[in-house]
Parts: sequence; C-alpha cells; structure tokens
Amino acid sequence: MALDTLLLYDIDKIRKDFPILNERINGKPLVYFDNAATTQKPASVILALKSYYETMNANIHRGIHSLAEKATAEYELTREKVREFINSPASDLIIFTRGVTESVNLVAQSYGRAFLKAGDEVIISTMEHHSNIVPWQMICNEKGAILKVIPINDAGELLMDEYDTLLSSRTKIVSVVHVSNALGTINPVKEIIAKAHEVGAVVMIDGAQAASHSYIDVQDLDADFYALSGHKFYGPTGIGVLYGKRELLDKMPPYMGGGEMIKEVSFAKTTYNDLPYKFEAGTPNIADTIALRKGIEYMEAIGFEAIAEHEHVLLAHATNMLTSFPDVKIIGTANQKVSVCSFTIEGVHPQDIGIILDSEGIAIRTGHHCTQPLMDRFGIPGTARASFALYNTKEEVDQLGKGIEKVLRMAK
Amino acid sequence: MTENKIESVENELVENFALFDTWDEKYEYIIDLGKKLDQLPQEYKTAERKIKGCQSSVWLVSELKEGLVHFTADSDSVIVKGLVSLLIKVLSEKTPDVILNANLDFMSKIGLMQHLAQTRSNGLLAMVKQMKLDAMAYKSQQV
Repeated sequence: MALDTLLLYDIDKIRKDFPILNERINGKPLVYFDNAATTQKPASVILALKSYYETMNANIHRGIHSLAEKATAEYELTREKVREFINSPASDLIIFTRGVTESVNLVAQSYGRAFLKAGDEVIISTMEHHSNIVPWQMICNEKGAILKVIPINDAGELLMDEYDTLLSSRTKIVSVVHVSNALGTINPVKEIIAKAHEVGAVVMIDGAQAASHSYIDVQDLDADFYALSGHKFYGPTGIGVLYGKRELLDKMPPYMGGGEMIKEVSFAKTTYNDLPYKFEAGTPNIADTIALRKGIEYMEAIGFEAIAEHEHVLLAHATNMLTSFPDVKIIGTANQKVSVCSFTIEGVHPQDIGIILDSEGIAIRTGHHCTQPLMDRFGIPGTARASFALYNTKEEVDQLGKGIEKVLRMAK
Repeated sequence: MTENKIESVENELVENFALFDTWDEKYEYIIDLGKKLDQLPQEYKTAERKIKGCQSSVWLVSELKEGLVHFTADSDSVIVKGLVSLLIKVLSEKTPDVILNANLDFMSKIGLMQHLAQTRSNGLLAMVKQMKLDAMAYKSQQV
C-alpha cells in the first residue's frame, strides 16, 4: 500500500523505514523519546547522503562538468522543496544555514547590526531557546538596544496582554519561538506577527520545533523571517534554513564574506551576488542539503494531518499515563501543544530519571533544555522531557510508564 | 597512610560490584550508598563549593585534619551522590600526596566509565579533579 493512501498509518511499516529503531540499548529495545533534540532519519535520507558521495560529489554552482551540474541541480531541488514546504513565494528567499542558531545569528548580525539603533527595543519571550536569546543580547549590547521579554502563565502560554503593553514605536524586532522545545506550547505566532507589524517591527520566528509537527505557511503567517533546523524534521544535522521577505533580505548586508557570495571582486571593491547566494559564502553543506529533501518528502508521503493525529494520540496517552502518578508533575500544560511532555518527579532529580530510564533503553532528555530563563520561571533546575515523533507507539509510551515506576522504586 | 591502603579500598569496591549480575543491582547499590551519605548542612551548599560539569548540583567540602584530607559531599541527584560517596570512600582521610597520586583504576574496573554516558562521566571526572585540586592546595600549605 502506498504511504499516501493511508489515513492513519501502518506504524510497523513506518518503523521499518528507520534503521536505528532496531538498536538495543543496555540489552533493551531502543525507545527513542528525544525527538525534540533531534529526530531519527529514514533510510531514504541516509541513502541520499551515501549516494551523493558515491555518485555525484562535486563542488556546486561554478563547475562546468557533468558531475558539478548534477550536484548543483540536486542541491537546488532541495531549495525548491523547502520553498514548497513552507510556502515561500520564491525559492531565492530560501537561504541555507547550519540551522536555526545560525539563522538567528545571521538576522541579528546582518539586519540587527544594520538597522538597530540605541534605544530601540527587541522583544523575545520567556520560553526562548538560548539560540534565540543570546544572539539578540549580543547585538543589543553592541547597539545600545534594549531586550524585552514576553512573560508566560503557569501553563506555559505567552501572556498576550503583556505582549501588547511591550509593543511600541521603539519595537524594531520581535523574535519568538513557534513551538517551545521545553514545553511543547504552540504560540499564536500569526497574531504576534500581526501585532508587531502594527508598530512597524519585523518578526523572526524560530520554527525548529514546528516543522516536524505541522504545515508551515510563511505567507499566511506573514513572517518576515522564519528559521528551520533540518535535523529536527527527519533530515541530516548541519543543514538549516532561513526564509526572509525579499525587501528585507535585499537591503541586508552579507553576514559572511568569501566565495560564492560575490559577483565581482577587486582589491578596490567587491559587488555581492544575488539572493540567496549573497548569504551563502563558501562551499555549502551539499550532501546534507540534498538529503534534506528526502526528509521533507518522507513527511509529505505520510501526510501532515496523519502525523499530527498520530502524535496527538501519543501525547494524550502520555499525558494520561504521567498524570496517573501522584508524584509526577507535567511542566507545560498549554491548551495548544505538540507531542512534548516535560515533567518532574517530586524528590527525584531529572538526571536520575534519565539515567534509570536509559537502563531500560528509554532515551529522554533531562536538564534545562537550553532554556534556563524558562526553568527559572518555573523555579526548577530542569525537567525530564519525553518528545514523540511519527514512528513512536502507544506501547512505547507504556514502556515509559513502567520506566517511571522503576524510577520511583529506586530513586525515591 | 600508604598507596596500598587506597588500593585495598578500591579492591574491596571492585569485589563488591563483581557480586552484582545486572546493572540494576549496581545502580541500586550506588543509590543506596548515596542515600547513606550524610547530608551537607545547607550553609555549605555555596556556589564556590559547587562542582561545574555536572547536570545535577554537587557540593564538595574538604578540610585538613592532622595531615589528612577529609572530604564530605552532597548532591541533589541520588545517583551522583552515590558516585561521589565511592570517591569519598577511596580518597577521604588520606594524605594530599596519596590523593594526588591516586589513579583510581577502580572506576573503570567496576565499569563506571563505560556505562555512564559522556556527560555523567564528565561530572565524575570533575569531582575527581576538584578533590585533587583541594589536595594540591593543602600540600602547598604544608610546604
């Protein structure tokens, strides 16, 4: 049966597409619940990496020979696939980066350095990943701009009234996460963007956690910048995306200088290449970019509605399981959330939870999840986080339940 | 205090761990040691005494009494507390020289390094490093 004809899908068949799911950890079958950190890769992505090096390795764009043309064509096919994936109006607005971290730094260092002035304000939120905090702190410090933070409620939802009061004519940039990595909260980014535009600010969205769970439509959102990390949605590590509106990208100075990003170079003057190459200095990450397309195609073949439905079932099952333990507290209970369950166990350090679950072959994340200000907001050092992907099963969630029983037995 | 003394404690630990067939039993033993270790009074849990490199908080206190270094420690992770208690069993109440020269073979012999993931091992190594730094500080005071 073709994948796209399945409504919900044949999970056994899906799991066979991910070779790593056959691994045994500490003698137990791997239960991989660290998907918010990075998802596993389907065989098609792994094969694309291998076959690139075996059949078409060449430096792209300038080569005149057939291999270079083949590699260039494949590389640019991914750009077109990403354009379609996030509904960008044009493929030259898709800039390849190493991931969200580089994308945010690019915007902060290029747009921020060119257009921020002393006294201007940049708004982020309490639930940002460090990668969407530190680049803004750096450029704000440099320019004398002020960083403002949207607070959250106890469920882990942005306080939109507070956001309204932060916005003013001084606001120049708003940069918020689409989906929280630590809490799973889906933020109302369309509303956030519309409100920022009313005061003339540009908005950057960190989409690292959004891409594996849902359609992204940058035009519908009216996002000025949108960033992705390929490895968070079934693609390879080391490849990411920055989308930007043309009028913004056009007026931004290059972020890095080097080959590929130039039109003409003399010692007196250099003219820069057109979009997107202006922002892609040096030989890019060709293999991973080519394989990224296979990851997107894999999700498309299953269907985003089916993936979302499947993950929703897992989230509901896990939430029920976790709330059945009196000592377990879920951190992040937003009305709108993806399949991420952060939790604490009364009297047990998250690290001990992680170590004991690992002995059962269950991989979760423990710690502050690169969101220390958010952990401070909840007054905790960290959480244990189980995050679910399209290949996880209810049986695996039950395994987690048994693992938590073991944690309580051993560590309490 | 001699080098042999350290080795006999290490050998005893290696023998104890050899009695366990499964990792669950080893972890249970480590956790049990952690639970038995005295809690540090709150006033000792300061930022300066906190060891960097661990996901959990570990506080190490040392003092020199009659030429021997006494270590006490605490952690908010019961497993880490168990691990640090192993180090204390081996290194506490030894001369600074013995502590500085200890190669702590027992950690690999009981499989601690192989079975603890990188970040956790780093935490353990950070603890050893801090204990040796303290010993070095006491040694320099003695000269």
